[in-house]
Amino acid sequence: MRISALLAGVVLAATALTACGGNSGNDAGDAKVPDDPAQVKGDLTYAIWDVNQQPAMQELVKAFNAKYPNVKVSISLATFDQYFTKLKTQGTSDNLPDVFWMNGPNLQLFAANKQLATLDGLIEGKQVDPANYPQALDDLYSWDGKQYGVPKDFDTIAFWYNKKLFAEAKVAEPTADWTWDDYKAAAAKLKAALGPKGIWASGDELGNQGNYYPAIMSNGGYVIKDGKSGYGDPKSVEGLQFWSDMVKAGYTPTAAQNAETPGRERFFSGKAAMMWNGNWLVSMALKSPVKNDLAILPIPKAPNGERKTPIHGLANVMSAKTKNPQAAAAFLAFLGSKDAALIQAKAGAANPAFNGTQGDFVSSAPYALKTFIDAAAQYSEPYPVSKDTSVWNKLETDQIAPAFGGDKPMSEVGPDVAGKMDEALGKEK
Amino acid sequence: MKARRADGGWPWLFVLPTFLGVGVFYLWPLLKTLYDSFTETGPFGGSAWVGAENYTTLVADAEVYRAILNTVVYTAIVLLGIPLAVLFASLLNRPGLRGAMVYRTLFFLPYVALPTAISLVWRIIYNGEYGVLNQALKVIGVDGPSWITQPWFALVAVALLGLWMSIGFNMIVLSAGLKGIPGELYEAASLDGASRVQQFRAITVPLLTPSIFFLSVVTTIAGFQLFDQLFALLGPTNPVMPKTQSLVFLFYDAAFVGNDRGYAAAVAVLILAVVGLLTVFQFRFQRRWVSYD
Repeated sequence: MRISALLAGVVLAATALTACGGNSGNDAGDAKVPDDPAQVKGDLTYAIWDVNQQPAMQELVKAFNAKYPNVKVSISLATFDQYFTKLKTQGTSDNLPDVFWMNGPNLQLFAANKQLATLDGLIEGKQVDPANYPQALDDLYSWDGKQYGVPKDFDTIAFWYNKKLFAEAKVAEPTADWTWDDYKAAAAKLKAALGPKGIWASGDELGNQGNYYPAIMSNGGYVIKDGKSGYGDPKSVEGLQFWSDMVKAGYTPTAAQNAETPGRERFFSGKAAMMWNGNWLVSMALKSPVKNDLAILPIPKAPNGERKTPIHGLANVMSAKTKNPQAAAAFLAFLGSKDAALIQAKAGAANPAFNGTQGDFVSSAPYALKTFIDAAAQYSEPYPVSKDTSVWNKLETDQIAPAFGGDKPMSEVGPDVAGKMDEALGKEK
Repeated sequence: MKARRADGGWPWLFVLPTFLGVGVFYLWPLLKTLYDSFTETGPFGGSAWVGAENYTTLVADAEVYRAILNTVVYTAIVLLGIPLAVLFASLLNRPGLRGAMVYRTLFFLPYVALPTAISLVWRIIYNGEYGVLNQALKVIGVDGPSWITQPWFALVAVALLGLWMSIGFNMIVLSAGLKGIPGELYEAASLDGASRVQQFRAITVPLLTPSIFFLSVVTTIAGFQLFDQLFALLGPTNPVMPKTQSLVFLFYDAAFVGNDRGYAAAVAVLILAVVGLLTVFQFRFQRRWVSYD
């Protein structure tokens, strides 16, 4: 009897303890930065997911500390695969990092669940001016009429290739007028010449952003429109089929082979001659052994003569429950400043979102990096997101990626995924 | 009576820290998980009671049965490490063996290293195109498969890694068991003309059965908790994962990727039930083959 009473007491005590950890944070939404930087004190955690950009982020912290010497910022790095898993877990226990990278697919989920501080205070205090960034990115980081993120950079997709491997295979170098057919024809020749040496024609990762979104969009298809999936649209299916054919012919590694050795690693170690990929790889390219052999062109055109690339960009956001709202707001404002954009651009870490600062990025590497900027201005489409993007992103990873090169034609896979995706979209609240 | 009661309070005070520890770290999470398994939770907390809905989904989910099968196959392969360990341990405990310490250290090393670190190294070894394993197989004329991206190969690859990691621990436990066998038994047996193999079968193995039993229980429980090697060796975006996932991976996927903590709690309760049943079964069955003399 006494034991059970004691146990009950313990359980009650434990319940009480857990309850204490609940929502006690103050709302950081209207945080403003004091005029005197020396007054701002405290420790901050800044969470990011790209190891290639870590050195640039450290430089940003250093530059921030020159102005705010009493704030200590520690950078926390998690790989992209685990980044949002970690954040969601931390959010559940009110332990989000003070400032962190956010992407389009997750913004609405975090904002709608009151995990993020709004930027109202910073915008009113003129510490952040939304007009400094491309409109499409501000929109991506706004929800329900409020802005939640300061755009950090933006990325588009281009066509990377290895000049030396083309020469070795005696294949004429690509041009900006290439179509999908030219890409395929070159792949056939590259495979015949380089295949026996263990070199792939196209080191494409079969990723959504880098490969099949641009193919679908170029071909006049769509991923999501008005809350409905576009995977059943014949034009989208043709885009998917292009990559499926590439894999089936043995020009591009299968999803399984990409899981073992990611395409970008093949490309940057000279084991693949071409790929479609984004500008976030520039610092990786500069560190690679083949850095002198690389070149960049716009992605090949679809059979209809069009080309389109998704545009996406990261933003820096701050936790709604940060223990140090003033320091976090000061840091966030700094990250959104022109100085911060220039530091990023010089490091070649990313193409900064701050209007007019992309020049340093373009000259940060001996490649035609302007291709990415032009793509944004001339032929980009918004990156497809919804409120619970990760649910249908999982359908893409589990069902579309493994189907490339498989026996089932995309005319079956596409509509099948579209049905499931519509079901998931219907459940979003 | 009164004096006794005054004394009576003190022992409780001394065990209180333990009770608190058990309560906060074992009992409370257990009850909370049980409760959660009957709820539907939001992405960042907050929950609604849904009755047995999670369990009906669980029973109807084909992935659950596949995960149970995978987990059983994995555990069975890792259990094969016990007979191997018995063999190695008795060889290493032979009196007068030179360098025994070196061998023991080598066998134990994988057990001490982090499972994730080991898995990342084996990921490179198993790589179908550039891996050491397939390079070695090529020398003897075998074209190795892509180990970690084909359904059954991937599961076997994970299981072999688990077996390899467990041998060191198994051998430590078995060595302790071997030390407890009196030398006179072997002397008497060899006087009677028993060969080494006969001695091993008639003396070593029967007297080691308590250790073997202990290891089989511990290995089974650990086998059903398969997660880190699987996650690190195959990678979460591996297309083979839906066919190779374990029960704990299913739990991870529901809780942290799908944000469905209620369903994840139901999976956790299922794991607890399966492991509990298996352990009870093992304890019942031991009377037939374990000798405690």
